[in-house]
Amino acid sequence: MSVDKDTVNKIARLSRIAISDAEADKMVGELNGILAWVEQLGEVDVTGVEPMTAVIPNKLRLREDVVTDGDVRDKVLANAPAREGSFFGVPKVIE
Amino acid sequence: MSQYRIQGNTGEWEVVIGLEVHAQITSESKLFSGSSTGFGAEPNSHVSLVDAAMPGMLPVPNRECLRQAVRTGMAINAQINRWSRFDRKNYFYADLPQGYQISQLYHPIVGEGAIEVTLNEKDPDSPTKKIGIERIHVEQDAGKLMHDQHPTMSFVDLNRSGVALMEIVSRPDISSPQEAGAYLKKLRSILRYVGSCDGNMEQGSMRADVNVSVRKPGGELGTRTETKNVNSIRFMMQAIEYEAQRQVDLIESGGAVVQETRLFDPNRQETRSMRSKEDAHDYRYFPDPDLLPVELDDAFLEECRASLPELPDAKRARYEAMGLTAYNAAVLTAEAETAFWFEDLLAEGVDAKQGSNWLMSELFGALNKMGKTLDESPVNPKQAAELLSLVADGTISGSIAKQVFEIMLETAAQGNMMGAAAIVEEKGLKQTSDTGAIEAEIAKIMAANEDKVAEYRSGKDKLFGFFVGQTMKAMQGKANPQIINDLLKKALG
Repeated sequence: MSVDKDTVNKIARLSRIAISDAEADKMVGELNGILAWVEQLGEVDVTGVEPMTAVIPNKLRLREDVVTDGDVRDKVLANAPAREGSFFGVPKVIE
Repeated sequence: MSQYRIQGNTGEWEVVIGLEVHAQITSESKLFSGSSTGFGAEPNSHVSLVDAAMPGMLPVPNRECLRQAVRTGMAINAQINRWSRFDRKNYFYADLPQGYQISQLYHPIVGEGAIEVTLNEKDPDSPTKKIGIERIHVEQDAGKLMHDQHPTMSFVDLNRSGVALMEIVSRPDISSPQEAGAYLKKLRSILRYVGSCDGNMEQGSMRADVNVSVRKPGGELGTRTETKNVNSIRFMMQAIEYEAQRQVDLIESGGAVVQETRLFDPNRQETRSMRSKEDAHDYRYFPDPDLLPVELDDAFLEECRASLPELPDAKRARYEAMGLTAYNAAVLTAEAETAFWFEDLLAEGVDAKQGSNWLMSELFGALNKMGKTLDESPVNPKQAAELLSLVADGTISGSIAKQVFEIMLETAAQGNMMGAAAIVEEKGLKQTSDTGAIEAEIAKIMAANEDKVAEYRSGKDKLFGFFVGQTMKAMQGKANPQIINDLLKKALG
C-alpha cells in the first residue's frame, strides 16, 4: 500500500489540515515510509487468527442508566471561541 | 402487496424504496455519558465534558441503551449479535464536537430481521407483506444548529449531542409510498410496545432517511437518492412520490439520476439536492480505540427476552381468541397506547367484549369530538371500569350509561370529575327491577292503547317494540329492559 500526492492532499482536506505543496511532497515520502514499515506485518501468516481488539484481556465496562453528569454549561462553554448567550457561536454553516 | 406504478412516456416504472429510521432510544442518560436526555432543557445544560468532546474524556456505554436495542431486535425476530463493536465515522460539522460520530458500521448489535406490515392495520383482511430489516445499530446523535438567531453566526446547542439512537435499516423491499407509510407505522408501534423509543416524530425522536430508485418492472436496480431526515409519515410518502416521479422524468428526458443526498421541503412538497461536497461521504470509518467490543452474555440476553411485552400480532391473535371481532382486535392492537389502555381496563375486571365495544364506540367517539388522543383522555381505565361494572351488574342500562358517561365528561371538563356510581346515586338513575312498578305502568299503557293491544294479539308482532318503548319512557329509562320484556310478554299474552 502506498499513497500519492493527491491522496495526501485529500486526507489533509478531510482532516481540515492545511498543508503547502512542498509539505505535501514531503508527506508523500514520509507516509509511504511508514506504510512500508507497517506492511512488514503482512509477512506473518494470520490465517485463522481472530483480530486482536485490545492488548490487555479486559471487558467493556457498562454504566447504569442514571443521570450523574451535565449541568456544567459555563465549564462547557468556557473555551468556546465565541459564546453567544447559552450557545456556542460558529460561522454560519447553512448552505 | 400494492401494485404501485408510475406511468411514464416509455411505459410503466416501479419504485424501489429502503428506509433508514433513526429512533431515539428511551433512556435517562446519554449513550456514553451521564448527562440527561430530557427534552426542552436550557441550551447546553444537558452537556457533560464527554458530550462536548473535551480532550481526554472517555466514553462509557449505557447498559440500558444496549438493552433497548437488543429488545427491539428481538421484537422483530432479528439475529442478535453477542459480539459487536463501535466504530468512528469521521466528518467535520459544527454540531459534532468530536469530529466523529461513534456508530457501528462493521459489527452492528442486531442483524437480520423482518416485520410484517399491512396497508390498513385496522382491516383484518388487508393483505400483508414482509419487509426485511438488514440491521439495527446503536450510535450517537449530534447537537442542534440554529441558523436564524444571528446575521453571521450559527448557534450550537449540544443537549442532543451523545443521545443514543438506533438506526434501523430496512431492505429495499418497499415498493410504494403506502407500503413505506405502513412500514413506518408498524415499526413505530413495535418500538412503543417494546418501550425502546417513544416514536414521537414531531419532537424528532424518530426520523427517516428515504432511499428511492426507479426501474422498469423487474429490471435492473436504478441509481438511488437519499432524502434525509424526513420527520412525518405523510411527508415521507410525499417525498417518495415526488422523488420517484422526478427520477422517471429525468431518465425519460435523457438524463441520469445522480446518487446524492436530498432534502424534502414540506412547503413546496419537493425534494432538493443538498449540493454536498464530493468527498462528504468519505467517512474513514475505523474501530473506536476508546471502546472495547460489546459482548453480551446469556443472562443479559435472557433478561432482554423475558422483559419483552406481548407484541401487536400476538396480542391481536389473543384478543380474537377471547371472542373479540377481528376488526376490534385489529383496532385495539394497532397502537400501543390503545392496547395498554384496554389491558388496564381488563385488569379492572371488565368483560373483554363489553370493554372493547365501549372503548371503540363511546370513548373514541367522545375523544374524537373533543379532539383529544387516548393519552389525554379525561377518563382513566379505572373510572371507565366503574361505569361499565354498573352496566354489567344491571344497576343501570346501556342507554343510561351513555348519559352517565356524558356527565362524567362534563364534570371532568369543569375540573372535578364525578365517578359513575356517585352520578347514578345523585341523579337517581338506578335502574329498577321493581316488577310491581313496571307492571303498573304496563297496565296503564295497555289501557290507553287498547287498539294496539288488539292488533298485537291478532299477529302484528312488530308492535312489541312499541310497548317496550312506551314502558321504558314511562319508567324514565330506568327500568331493566330484560324485565320489561318478560313482563310485557306475560301481560300481552
